[in-house]
Amino acid sequence: MLDYETLKLVWWVLVGVLLMGFAIADGMDMGVGTLLPFVGRTDVERRIAINTVGPHWDGNQVWFITAGGAIFAAWPAVYAAAFSGFYMAMLLVLFALFFRPVGFDYRSKIENPTWRNAWDWGLFAGGFIPSLIFGVAFGNLLQGVPFRLDELLRAHYQGSLLTALLPLLNPFALLAGVISLVMLTVHGGVWLQLRASGAVAERAKRFVFLAAPVVTVAFALAGVWLWLGIDGWRIVSEPAHSALPNPLAKEVVRAPGAWLDIYRNLPLAMLVPALGLAAPLLTSLLARLGRPGLAFVTSALGMVGVIGTAGLSMFPFVMPSSIDPRSSLTVWDAPSSHLTLTVMFWAVVIFLPIVLAYTVWCYANMWGRVTAEEIEARAHSAY
Amino acid sequence: MIDPTFVELSRWQFAATALYHFIFVPLTLGISWLLVIMETVYVMTGKEIYKDMTKFWGKLFGINFALGVTTGLTMEFEFGTNWSYYSHYVGDVFGAPLAIEGLMAFFLESTFIGLFFLGWDKLSKRKHLAVTFLTALGSNLSALWILVANGWMQNPVGSVFSPETMRMEMTSFAEVLFNPVAQVKFVHTVSAGYVTASVFVMAISSWYLLKGRDLAFARRSFAVAVGFGLASALSVIVLGDESGYELGDVQKVKLAAIEAEWKTQKPPASFTLFGLPDQEKRETTSAIHVPAALGLIATRSLDKPIKGLDELEKEHEARIRSGRIAYAALQKIRAGDASAETRATFDAHARDIGFGLLLKQFVEDPAAASEADIKAAAAGTIPTIWPLFWSFRIMVAMGFFMLFVFAAGFVLNALGRLEQNRWFLRTALWMLPVPWLACELGWFVAEFGRQPWAIGEVLPTFLATSSLTTGDLIFSLAGFLTFYTLLLVVEIYLMVKFARLGPSSLGTGRYHFEGGSLAAAPAE
Repeated sequence: MLDYETLKLVWWVLVGVLLMGFAIADGMDMGVGTLLPFVGRTDVERRIAINTVGPHWDGNQVWFITAGGAIFAAWPAVYAAAFSGFYMAMLLVLFALFFRPVGFDYRSKIENPTWRNAWDWGLFAGGFIPSLIFGVAFGNLLQGVPFRLDELLRAHYQGSLLTALLPLLNPFALLAGVISLVMLTVHGGVWLQLRASGAVAERAKRFVFLAAPVVTVAFALAGVWLWLGIDGWRIVSEPAHSALPNPLAKEVVRAPGAWLDIYRNLPLAMLVPALGLAAPLLTSLLARLGRPGLAFVTSALGMVGVIGTAGLSMFPFVMPSSIDPRSSLTVWDAPSSHLTLTVMFWAVVIFLPIVLAYTVWCYANMWGRVTAEEIEARAHSAY
Repeated sequence: MIDPTFVELSRWQFAATALYHFIFVPLTLGISWLLVIMETVYVMTGKEIYKDMTKFWGKLFGINFALGVTTGLTMEFEFGTNWSYYSHYVGDVFGAPLAIEGLMAFFLESTFIGLFFLGWDKLSKRKHLAVTFLTALGSNLSALWILVANGWMQNPVGSVFSPETMRMEMTSFAEVLFNPVAQVKFVHTVSAGYVTASVFVMAISSWYLLKGRDLAFARRSFAVAVGFGLASALSVIVLGDESGYELGDVQKVKLAAIEAEWKTQKPPASFTLFGLPDQEKRETTSAIHVPAALGLIATRSLDKPIKGLDELEKEHEARIRSGRIAYAALQKIRAGDASAETRATFDAHARDIGFGLLLKQFVEDPAAASEADIKAAAAGTIPTIWPLFWSFRIMVAMGFFMLFVFAAGFVLNALGRLEQNRWFLRTALWMLPVPWLACELGWFVAEFGRQPWAIGEVLPTFLATSSLTTGDLIFSLAGFLTFYTLLLVVEIYLMVKFARLGPSSLGTGRYHFEGGSLAAAPAE
């Protein structure tokens, strides 16, 4: 059995892995949703785009659900404070995601242009809004969230409705939103270049070539901003890492540049942001060269770089508090008990490889470009 | 103190979204197995009509499944968004089955379901059957894990409150997993899903038979559904979860409440078949009793008593007083008092800490609670009786009614006299909403009967909420109602449209609206 401190660290990695898995898998079909109205001009073209992800989007979405469930089980304090603290934003994401299951399944069941067009914009909303909000959420995490824990460890927040939502949409958070939106949309574009055919694949290719460098530029800008303009959090004193979790037992200060501490202490960590900067440029190039398979790999690596950078920069914080720094939640004081972390660790170790194996089996069995002929031949059963 | 209106709204939102989600779940649980049966026959015999059956009922399944996924997403996140303190307080125990549900069940179900719909041309017969089977397995496994989580809310085993971390912590995963309440609930719930799906297929098939169209298709579908339904209805009733009601205090209250059992009877207790429960006078008038039946059902014995509500309330009052002491000791520990004496006091009363928390609905500090507050808190541990009493009885009556219809349908079908009995076919058609009503009433009994607790004897519902505002809740509740109503209208529209089209919607050219060979005449 792993010791408590090690398990806490392992779980920080595992949550990161699940979030990256979500971005790589579900980000792809959300990206397709965001691009849908633009890469497909006719009904058949749109059906080509939809059917490249048709058999897989639901499985991909489980990465999101499982990441949420894993945070509940491994970091209940974070699940409790983040989901309710970002209430309005969560609702926005949830309502946008509503359009996806019904959009995919219902859209082509009725042959009516208005009906189909309406669902297409629904699928667009289900891709665009969550892709943007996830980045906005990370942008706000980096600036701290206005919550505090009382003596019963109940979370309290500032504001409600618009007074809670609007401050989330600040310039830095919107920049983070742009990074995640473009990153996921490019990923969807690469997928379309790989699996769609004809004009849809061509348009996707042009989009990836032009848009992928935007990720690099915006990411670099956010890095400079973080370095010069945003205070980070730093732990002054804390109980032993193996102690029973109690967020209120530590002392925390805010300090300029604290989010770059890890790169000063561990220069090797700089490889992660470097990956986030370089990979999108490679993706753009590979798309241009007509190598979407490789571009998919670099696009995925880019997400690992960008999400990894956000996690590393905040380490060991996962949810800093802007109004009561002591209430901030960290890798050491947000987790579940030793037993729960152990049980969940083994659940992941056993089931995740199985999931990956049958996911690959499913993609392999459905492989091949989706063509207009195929859509017309299967008009009654295809999405 | 927490605003009661806000608590009410939080409860309404959860109840509405959960009950709405459960419109789609039972059909998924059952029809996925019906599809496995139909497709197995197709793979074994090679008869195309069974492939058409799998595809057509699969289409209706898909329309239903889409909303199941949509509304399930809400459930996964609502604990965090609206029950934030709950999430902190019990996430250590409750989160684990939820996360494992994702890893073990949702992935399985959701990864394969796309191939079920879209993989007919790309997969071999056997591979496709495997896909259908794994989808069904996945959806049923997800029911297992969510009911392990729910069973723990009713009967929180395998865990202990930790004053250091201010939350419940798991002490035995095996106890949580093999919680008898969870196991009984699982069997009862999935069987109810199988009944729902069987009624669904039987009702629509009966309609085709009444219309005299697609007969070969309808007869076979009817036969599969009625057999599966009969077995499942027996399972729901025989393995009805009444056997789980002697476990845990909350379950005892629930049992006494659904039986309107005010006073503890001399064992074996009689079963109140009908009556008019009167909460004020604490008695049930005009009651019809079946001697000894309740004792037999609930305790499987003739000598174990079943506690009445009066006695339970008295016990609760004592536990509230004890919980108040636990809470005072907890405050000292949290403030840094590490003395063995305080710890011993806490440990002696720790199992009643949840009862102490009940007082926080009246006063910030339970130590300041008055005698009247304690009495009110104790009275509040007894839910309102009549909704439970009647919901339970209607659910059970519906269960027996469905069993009877399945049995009659099975016999008529076996005797080859199904199609002459138009009254039977009409009954089978018009009973379509019955299983859904029974399912929803069942959940109402389980969860309304759990009040005032979010987690039985551990965490009161009002305390489990998030620190949001009434405005937030009005906004979100309105949002859910609007979206869900729109989606339901669309879903029912599509469902009716495709049920009317029938197998003709597959475009095979063989069925009714296509003037095909199978339009009316049997296949052979």
